[in-house]
Amino acid sequence: MLSLPLLLQETHAAYEPILPAWILLLPLIGAAVNGVGAFNWRGNKLIPSVVGPAAVIGAFAIVVGNFLAMQAAAPHDPAIVSLWTWMAAGDLRVGVDLQFDQLSMLMMLVVTGVSSVIHVYSIGYMREDPGYSRYFAYLNLFVFFMLVLVLGANFAITFVGWEGVGLCSYLLIGFWYENREFASAGKKAFIVNRIGDFGFLVAMFLVFVHFGTLGYESVFAAAPTTRAYGGVVVTAITLFLFLGCTGKSAQIPLYVWLPDAMAGPTPVSALIHAATMVTAGVYLVARSSVLFAMAPVSQAVVAAIGAGTALLAATIATQQYDIKKVLAYSTVSQLGYMFVAVGIGAYTAGIFHLRTHAFFKALLFLGSGAVIHAMHHAYHEVHSHEDPNDMRNQGGLKRFMPITFATMWIGTLAISGIFPLAGFFSKDEIIWYTGAYGYGILWGIALLAALLTAGYMTRLLVMTFHGENRTGADAEPHLHEVPAVMWIPLAILALLSIVGGWVNIPDALPGLPAVHALHDWLHPVFEPARGILEAHGLHDAHSSPIGGGEAMWAGISTVAAAVVILLTFRALVRRTWEPAADSAEPTGLAGVLYNKWYVDELYDRVIVRPLLALWRGCWRIVDAGLIDGSINGLAAGTRAVGWIGSLFQTGRVATYMFYFVTGVLVILATFLL
Amino acid sequence: MSFFESHWVLTVLLLLPLAGAVACLFAGKDEAKHVALITSVAAFVLSLPLFWVFREGTPAIQNYVSIPWIGQWGIGYTVGVDGISLLMVLLTTFIMPMAILGSYSYIKRQEPTYYAMLLLLMTAMIGVFIALDMFLFFLFWELMLIPMYFIIGVWGGERRIYAAIKFFLFTAVGSLLMLVAIVTLVYLYFRQYGVVTFAYNDLVELPVTKSAQFWLFSAFALAFAIKVPLFPVHTWLPDAHVEAPTAGSVILAGVLLKMGTYGFLRFAMPFFAYAATSDAVVYTILTLALIGIVYGAWVAAVQPDAKKLVAYTSVAHLGFVMMGLFALTSESIQGGILQMVNHGISTGALFLLIGMLYERRHTRMIEDFGGIAKVMPFFAFAFVVVALSSIGLPGTNGFVGEFLILIGTFRTHPIAAVIAATGVVFAAAYMLPMVQRVLYGPVDQEENRDLTDINLRERVVLFPALAMIVLIGVYPGPFLEKTSASVDALLEQIELRARQAPLEPLGTDVRFDHMPVLGVDED
Repeated sequence: MLSLPLLLQETHAAYEPILPAWILLLPLIGAAVNGVGAFNWRGNKLIPSVVGPAAVIGAFAIVVGNFLAMQAAAPHDPAIVSLWTWMAAGDLRVGVDLQFDQLSMLMMLVVTGVSSVIHVYSIGYMREDPGYSRYFAYLNLFVFFMLVLVLGANFAITFVGWEGVGLCSYLLIGFWYENREFASAGKKAFIVNRIGDFGFLVAMFLVFVHFGTLGYESVFAAAPTTRAYGGVVVTAITLFLFLGCTGKSAQIPLYVWLPDAMAGPTPVSALIHAATMVTAGVYLVARSSVLFAMAPVSQAVVAAIGAGTALLAATIATQQYDIKKVLAYSTVSQLGYMFVAVGIGAYTAGIFHLRTHAFFKALLFLGSGAVIHAMHHAYHEVHSHEDPNDMRNQGGLKRFMPITFATMWIGTLAISGIFPLAGFFSKDEIIWYTGAYGYGILWGIALLAALLTAGYMTRLLVMTFHGENRTGADAEPHLHEVPAVMWIPLAILALLSIVGGWVNIPDALPGLPAVHALHDWLHPVFEPARGILEAHGLHDAHSSPIGGGEAMWAGISTVAAAVVILLTFRALVRRTWEPAADSAEPTGLAGVLYNKWYVDELYDRVIVRPLLALWRGCWRIVDAGLIDGSINGLAAGTRAVGWIGSLFQTGRVATYMFYFVTGVLVILATFLL
Repeated sequence: MSFFESHWVLTVLLLLPLAGAVACLFAGKDEAKHVALITSVAAFVLSLPLFWVFREGTPAIQNYVSIPWIGQWGIGYTVGVDGISLLMVLLTTFIMPMAILGSYSYIKRQEPTYYAMLLLLMTAMIGVFIALDMFLFFLFWELMLIPMYFIIGVWGGERRIYAAIKFFLFTAVGSLLMLVAIVTLVYLYFRQYGVVTFAYNDLVELPVTKSAQFWLFSAFALAFAIKVPLFPVHTWLPDAHVEAPTAGSVILAGVLLKMGTYGFLRFAMPFFAYAATSDAVVYTILTLALIGIVYGAWVAAVQPDAKKLVAYTSVAHLGFVMMGLFALTSESIQGGILQMVNHGISTGALFLLIGMLYERRHTRMIEDFGGIAKVMPFFAFAFVVVALSSIGLPGTNGFVGEFLILIGTFRTHPIAAVIAATGVVFAAAYMLPMVQRVLYGPVDQEENRDLTDINLRERVVLFPALAMIVLIGVYPGPFLEKTSASVDALLEQIELRARQAPLEPLGTDVRFDHMPVLGVDED
């Protein structure tokens, strides 16, 4: 066996997935064990603490093994593992098939890797929660569904994961279900996501009707030869798919659920609402890159929505006070970048950013979790009901939590695109290609949003860690750094946020080795789509819309971001904030941004309330009024006729004689006349 | 031929509940429920081997027998199952023990009669699904009405009389027209071939003229549409559900509604294939089904009464089934049949769950609850699983059915399928708010503070449903394989008959040696 990899490398022969089913089974078993535990040994923290993380780390280990095997074999075609036939009726045949290729492998690495770290962190974060076992059950179940999503070899299996992660998101957002608002946030997430899922469903119908199958490989192989480039079919399929993406990945117009989703425990926000689930839309577009490449209209829509979302969310993030809300809008904004990338056809860049974002955004969320953990603990000690999430109640925390402070700065520099951290390479690649492929306006928007990113992140850091502490004199002594089980994950993610970008270093940067590891890795997956794009006029201008090469603009953007960071820091670090309870609501433009452009209110007025009124009308007016009214009316009418008839039944012989005689006379009259 | 391959298994399935019903009447007040439970479980165990003995891949009727009964009128005891009726019979025997065990603490008066009624109903339901003689079918069809009428009218809620009469009248109106249509069909057959027969296999071969098909189809369709129920003849359902005792609702939703869709599939569509596949009929029914899907979900979303809410979701779910049947594709019809099973399991379980709450709190109003997950965690778990099945989450049975219906419908009627697919959004919009208001939030009402979680008996009641929800969701193959051949044959048959439907009555082919006692003169 040992000599096999060498042999395979030369022949590019088959790569056989190792223990494929166990990648899924381990988290599922973990979920089951913890689920049973949630009912039967609620007080026991040991079993969930072991089983929960172990299940995911085990899956991670198998994935790493598979990664190494795949790397050795360097297969050109995906390996499909068929488990069983799921649905077979008429011409439809959907198998429970798993696809092992470079894209799903990369996603699995990110998902199980980041999940492992976050599961460990959760041991500390959720330690005192009465729903400890239930928490790990949901979290393991999430990992299971997320892996189903990325491993699915056809649209239907991906959809299973797609809705499954949505379910886990719903359960985890509303994890503290006794809080009405939290439970509502979960419900909102589910319903908004279902609007997107409607799009996914319709896309599947179209795919089945036009290709006769839902299998990725067959569809993507058939599409370029059997369907017209830019035709209605591919355009419709991709637009409906993208509707699904706007739900799951929180893009305009369906992004409104994600900020509310911050109601869930913070590790959940880190894992589901930053690193993994919300990137599923980007993954789906990348997976379906052949179809998107054939539909220029859809490509443009994806890129434009992505850029618009990136900017809109960034503006909102600048005026939020809840530390998690800032990060939530930041996530929405960064997802926008990824969609810009896959929209313009820079698929590798999109997946690259997905990957680095998973590191630094998970880091930032876990860091904010550490802050909240410390704040919550301090307030708890003094029985205060202040909001631990509100940055106006924080400030000066660097003294109490130096590790959290340092790692969060690393995350901030990474997301701001400061050289040589992870975000620098991935974000820059997106911005660069947006310009080089000729999307001038989107390029400008992307640059602007990047500067806003540096701004709001610096604001977050300053408000949280610098300046005076605003927690309150009595609570302040109770602030302290989080335990090792929580800061070690921070450190790991901080390291990844630094080095995570070094897998793809463009040729253009002077003095750096050119690295194409990621690009080469994903090449077999994106080759067909790139081929289509290039055949239809995609070309790299090798300069930005206003001139200048890649190295120059990379320099400009990192310097600009650094300047923004410095200016923001200087402007805010001396500023004092009133604690949240004493603060007035912001006014003017700040107020509009603080209120998130009033989009939630708009949706409520224009969609939710009119719909509810319509539904009530259907019930009261149509069902109870028209239909039952006429039926009860019919009954009443029958009764009335009966009553009139009964008037003639007097019971007196004289009356009946009268009827009889009248009748005879009438009959006679008819005959005679 | 073994017992399970012969008609005897079906005959015993018919007679066993009947015998159980009689036994219940003679049993004591406290024993009746045990008698009923044992009978229904025995029937279930007896029916289970059918699932494995059944030969797949053939549309042939199995376990078939035809024994002359009223010979001169061509009426026989003709029974048998194909893949479609097999699943319906199993659904019935699956639901009944749950319904009976779920009644154990709910019904507190006149138990012997109550349980006898349930078992009588069981016989009638099985009869409807296996009857292949129109007279026998109609007999069972009407027989269902009587026990159900009493179950609602005697053991129901406050407005039970109104609900029972409404249920009875709606159904009776439909049945009456169907009876006329059956008799007409038999007469037409006689005029054609000079033989009086009520046998399904004979009547289905009769070429009915195009114009007559529309009249006869309409009569059948009305009877079945009321049962389904299709918009706008659905309004008996919410009242019947709200007033019926838990077991009544479970059976009503679980099995009785499927009589309507089954009737379309077994009788109305193959008998009158030309009418059933004509644009006028298909578009009318698709439209009504779509209204049912969307409108049912809308009205469900604003119901303050949990039971009524679930009743309206039935309108939506059965709308899906009807759409699947009349989209006339193999995928959509098989999905429709599977969805009949799914709806029976999920909605039956939902009614059981709401009944469990009702027994504890004596209210069904959603606003009277809140925070139940805290006090009844296992109940909450079951409730969420069943709710997810009802809204068709992948991995549950509901998804497989809906998906097949939608994808099949999309092939022939894409716009209808897209409109129906919005139903997945609305489903979340009616089910999740109820889940939230019942289970989540603080326990803010004093009465809810000390509720006890569901007990062992109640868990036993729910467990089979939960298991089936996941099993069919993950591995629906064995179920789809049962219906595949039957559905393909049916579709072929419908298509063929629709093409062959004559414009004018065919020349009569009266064989006088078969001249019956009926005394109809043929001129």
